Amino acid sequence: MALFYVLLIFMVIAAIIAVETKDLLGSVICVGAIGFGGSLMFLLLRAPDIAMTQIVVEVLGLVILIRATISRDLTFITGDREFVGMVASVVILLLVFMAGVRICDTLPEFGDPVFARLPEAASQAYIARGLSDTGAANIVTSIYLDYRAYDTLGEATVLFTAVIGATAILRGRSRKRLEDPEL
Amino acid sequence: MTVIVRTVSSWVKVLIFLFGIYIILFGHLTPGGGFAGGVILASSYVLLMLAFGRTFVEANLPRSLASRLDCLGAFVFALIAILGLVFGGTFFVNFLYQTYLPGRPFALVSGGTIPLSNMAIGVKVGASLFLVIFTLAAFRAESQEPSEGNPANQGPGQKE
Repeated sequence: MALFYVLLIFMVIAAIIAVETKDLLGSVICVGAIGFGGSLMFLLLRAPDIAMTQIVVEVLGLVILIRATISRDLTFITGDREFVGMVASVVILLLVFMAGVRICDTLPEFGDPVFARLPEAASQAYIARGLSDTGAANIVTSIYLDYRAYDTLGEATVLFTAVIGATAILRGRSRKRLEDPEL
Repeated sequence: MTVIVRTVSSWVKVLIFLFGIYIILFGHLTPGGGFAGGVILASSYVLLMLAFGRTFVEANLPRSLASRLDCLGAFVFALIAILGLVFGGTFFVNFLYQTYLPGRPFALVSGGTIPLSNMAIGVKVGASLFLVIFTLAAFRAESQEPSEGNPANQGPGQKE
């Protein structure tokens, strides 16, 4: 359990550095550190599927972000913060933190889901009958491709739409490059 | 990139690609699945793109083929759902497991339509992420063009 808090503190520190640092490349690397911390957390919570997806997406995103940042002209952020905005953000953060502390008292223990205590909960039915219902040994796969395949269809649609949008927006400026192999 | 990066990535790219295929094929038995495997497949091409450049990758996997693979994956996944409607009576029902091909638990051929869906999603995710990164790389080359050949002009005042 102590490892969780070490990881959490590490991720919080990395997030603060990512926001506060002036160096854009350092900021991107801190974002990557947050992602890897999250991946380790999923692994410790015995969710290897999510940990694997998290780590590969993190690596890919980090590569894209690093390529995007180091090619820009402006890699250092300059300029000071204004006083009123800083005070307002500190007050809002304090309020959110106090509300979070109040909510944390009512939550169950970390890593101990409420649904594990209810025998008639859906998650318990998935664990008990997943193999006999779907024949897949990996219960995670049997949930997202059998019990809840609608979710996966929606997710695939979102990805498809995102790709269409990204290529449609970026194509206009990069069409010349794409069609000319010499450039 | 340097000779070291090129040599190492030409060795490693096959292993990464093979690992992606393994993650997709065994998604119903071990941790992993279509999405993670597809991202790994795309990242093997990203490695090639970083080491050898965009034109090499374009020659290896043309953009038109990638967009066809993307559409094929989405189409096959939807087709599996509609086949469930035709053969099993419900959209997305696992008709292969329930009636035609039960298979042995923990064997590679098991789970009915689940491995097929995994393959479709893997192809779809891999191709679409490849397309996104490819387009971003082309976009970056485009936006860098004005400062090429005159590095002294690079500065905050020069951006658009």
